[in-house]
This record gives sequence, structure tokens and C-alpha cells, in this order.
Amino acid sequence: MIMSITILIAMNLEPFLINAILAGVAVAIITGVMGCFVVWRRMAYFGDSLAHSALLGVALGFAVGIALNVGIIIICSVFALLLLWLQQKKVLATDTLLGILAHSALSLGMVTISVMGRRIDLHSILFGDILTITRPELWWIYIGGAIVIIMLLMNWSSLVLMTLQEDLAQAEGVRVFLCNLLLMFLMTLVVAVSIRSVGILLISSLLIIPAATARQLARSPEGMAIIASLFGVTSVGLGIYFSFILDTPSGPTIVALAASLFTLSTIYLQGIRKK
Amino acid sequence: MVNLIQASKISVSRQGNRILENVSIGVGKHDFLTVIGPNGAGKSMLLKCLMGFYMPDTGEIRKMAGLRIGYVPQNFAPENSMPISVRRFLGLRRKTETAVLETVVEETGILTMLDRPLFSLSGGERQRVLLARSLLDNPHLLVLDEPAQNLDISGQLAFYKLIEKIFKERKVSILMVSHDLHLVMASTNEVICLFHHVCCSGEPQIVAKDPEFISLFGEDMATMMAAYHHSHDHVHHNTHSHEP
Repeated sequence: MIMSITILIAMNLEPFLINAILAGVAVAIITGVMGCFVVWRRMAYFGDSLAHSALLGVALGFAVGIALNVGIIIICSVFALLLLWLQQKKVLATDTLLGILAHSALSLGMVTISVMGRRIDLHSILFGDILTITRPELWWIYIGGAIVIIMLLMNWSSLVLMTLQEDLAQAEGVRVFLCNLLLMFLMTLVVAVSIRSVGILLISSLLIIPAATARQLARSPEGMAIIASLFGVTSVGLGIYFSFILDTPSGPTIVALAASLFTLSTIYLQGIRKK
Repeated sequence: MVNLIQASKISVSRQGNRILENVSIGVGKHDFLTVIGPNGAGKSMLLKCLMGFYMPDTGEIRKMAGLRIGYVPQNFAPENSMPISVRRFLGLRRKTETAVLETVVEETGILTMLDRPLFSLSGGERQRVLLARSLLDNPHLLVLDEPAQNLDISGQLAFYKLIEKIFKERKVSILMVSHDLHLVMASTNEVICLFHHVCCSGEPQIVAKDPEFISLFGEDMATMMAAYHHSHDHVHHNTHSHEP
């Protein structure tokens, strides 16, 4: 960490670029590892919905005057618990529930922000603006990210076993309900720390695309997480570079690069298989 | 003799529906118990209560101190979204001595599968791998929930033969939910016929003659099991499909 900062400073980069790179690398590693669980457990739509609900969190942050990240974590956690509760009731299918909750929260967030009359750079919230990340925000990313990675590593085998067969995991002493709650909470953290980099609308793609790319190359769950993180770091690094020189929004640039890597590796691997 | 595990008069309700009603069941040392019953009869719930997933609303469950249970769950269908080998799956969350692993691998005949991806296994191979995992801990009791459900007939025969072998060689106790009673009859020493309550129980030949058994499974099943006919002397109030 300190070494990489020294290298970056030595390269005589602008401070905002250094911040962007430090943030981007962290976000890529976090979403790479978490993204594997999203792919394995089919949580893609859940992650997307959670991110949508984050706009309401942003609005709450502005309204009450607390840090946006805190607002996002509060609203996303409420969202996740509400979803869990409604799932237990079995009134509607989960994807229907998600559709209702996600877009209600997104719309409520938009309305609240308009009513408050605050001028917010909506574009940067929806699509990310990694080049304007500040030092305090960087701290958020590193602390939040560390919690996510440490919790995932500490419970890794249990989470993997539970993903393969929940009853088997429970029979062998995994506290399945708590693990599910943990995954939900970690997802809210991931959303909260990634929003500034890729934006509300594109977080789920940073979770899914690198993990999907890694799936084709990996031979173990851990390998997939590491390769996904590497793909993520590459996409984010190149994304920051192009976003800077082309003056394009950072989120879409990063995701476009991740998608290109996915396409290239898929074509390459299909080619190898045919031979 | 003291039972390994004993449920006494347990009842469970979910969303206002009685799932288990006053069910008592005990598994002793080297017992082979088979639980049969129509879909939705509460068989899986009974197993899950015994294993401690759920607390029964009333009644109690007692386990022998230090009881080790090996569990083979229903519906194991790993997806190819996760890259994981059979070897790694067997080693998840546990440290197994090489000698123990080798014995179990030999016993269940999964040596050639160890380095294959888990999702690429056929139904029968998958069940054998699950069985192997359940044996790693050297259990006193094996709990199997419809273990041969998705296998073809030869796969079923092979799998039940394997279970019988393990039952005899390891002297474990077995508690199994199965519809294929005619295939496991030879080893089963007690059948429990469950439809929310225990309809009848006892040795397979005797259960097959029980009117409650016939009303649940039909004459054909009973005939197949015992070549014995018996007239209905009571009718079940619940409508349900008869399963093969």
C-alpha cells in the first residue's frame, strides 16, 4: 500500500489520479471476490436492486445531513431486511418483490432529491465519477472493503459449502441463516463503497462481468475470486486512463472495458477449445 | 438398549398446517429404518427435526451424547457457475486424514472422480460423492433423504447395494426416506409409514399387510411387497396422489 503510493507519487501523477487509482484497485478487488458469490448464488438481480435503493440512501444522507455512505448503508440494510421478511411471507416471487422494491426506492430517491431542491450531480451518482474521489472517501473504501474481504475469507469454506447445498452445510454445523444475513450485509457494504467509482446503475456489472470472465479460466472457487479481482483491476485501471484522456464518465468506461475483456477471453477460449 | 436418537411425540405446524403430529421414532444401534409416505407427508421435516434444524413445537428429541450423524441431503445439483473439484468438495470445512479419505474413496468407488469438476458428475456419481462425504466423519448414524430419487433403475439398484454394503460392513445405523421400499426391503428392519402421523410401522412384510399402508400406497405396492391382499377397513380422509 505505502509502496504503491510512493511509486505513484514518484510517477509525478496528479493527486486526483492517485486517489482514483487507489480507489479503483480496492473497489475492483472487493467486487471481484464478492462478485463470485453473486454469480454462484444468482444474486445478480438482488445486487442490482440493492444498488437502485442506494439512491434513496443518498437522498437520506443529504436530507439528514449525515455522510452519504452511512445513508446508503442504512437504506440498503432496511431494503435487504424488508426483502428477507417479504420472502418469508411468500406472497410474491422474489424477482417480483425485487422489481417493486428497487424501482420504488429509486423513484422515491429521485423525488426526495427534487423536493429538497438540492443541486446534486445526479449523473455522477448514477454513473460514477472516480476522478473526483477525495481522501476521506478513500478511507471509506479501504475500511469497508477490508471488512468485506476479511468476513468473506473468515467464512469462506462455510459460504462455499452453503452455496453448494444449504441443508448439507446446516447439518455440518454452518449457521445458514446468519451466513445469509452476513452475505446480504456485505453486499450493502460493497454497494456503499463502490457507488462513487462506477455509479448506482453499473455496480452489478462490476460484480458480474469479472467473475463471469474468471469462471472460464478458474479451476477452484478461490482461483475464480483471485482471477476475477485481477480482471477487475485491469478493467478499472484501463478505465481510469481512458476516462481521463477521453473525458468520458468513469463508470461506463470501466464497464465497457470489463465487457471487452470478457468478450476477448471468451472468443480466445472458444478458439482454443475448437483446436 | 438405549437408542442413538429418539423423537417422542413431536408435533410441528407451519403456517397453520399440521406437518407432524405426535410422531415418535427411535433409531437404535445397527438399525435400518426406512420412512415412507406420500409427498408432503412430512418426511423431510421429520429428518430435519431429528437433525436439529428445527425445534418441534411439542415433544422432545434425545440424542446419544457425542452422536455423529452423516447426512445425505435431497436435491444436490451443483451448478457449473462454481469451479470446484470433487476432492476439494470432500475437503471443504474439514481436515481428513489421508488414510481415512482413501478408505472412504475406495468404499464408495469414487477414485476416478476425485479430480473431476463437481458439476460434471452424473446423478449416480454425485450421490456416491455425497455418501462419501457423509462417511468421512465415521458416523454412528447415516441419515439419507430420498438418496436415489433422480437415478434410473440400475442406478438405484447400485446405490442401494452400496448402502447395504456400508450398513453391513460399518455396522452403522441408517435412517432413510425412500419410496423404493421394494429395493431396500432386504436390509430394512423397520418401516415407518408416515402421513403427518405414523400410520403404521414394523417389519416390511407386516407393514405391507397393514390397511393404512394399502390405503396410502395402493394395492399394487402392497402386493409387490408382500404378495398379500387385504381389504380396506378404513379410508384416509386426505386426498393425495399415490406414488409409485
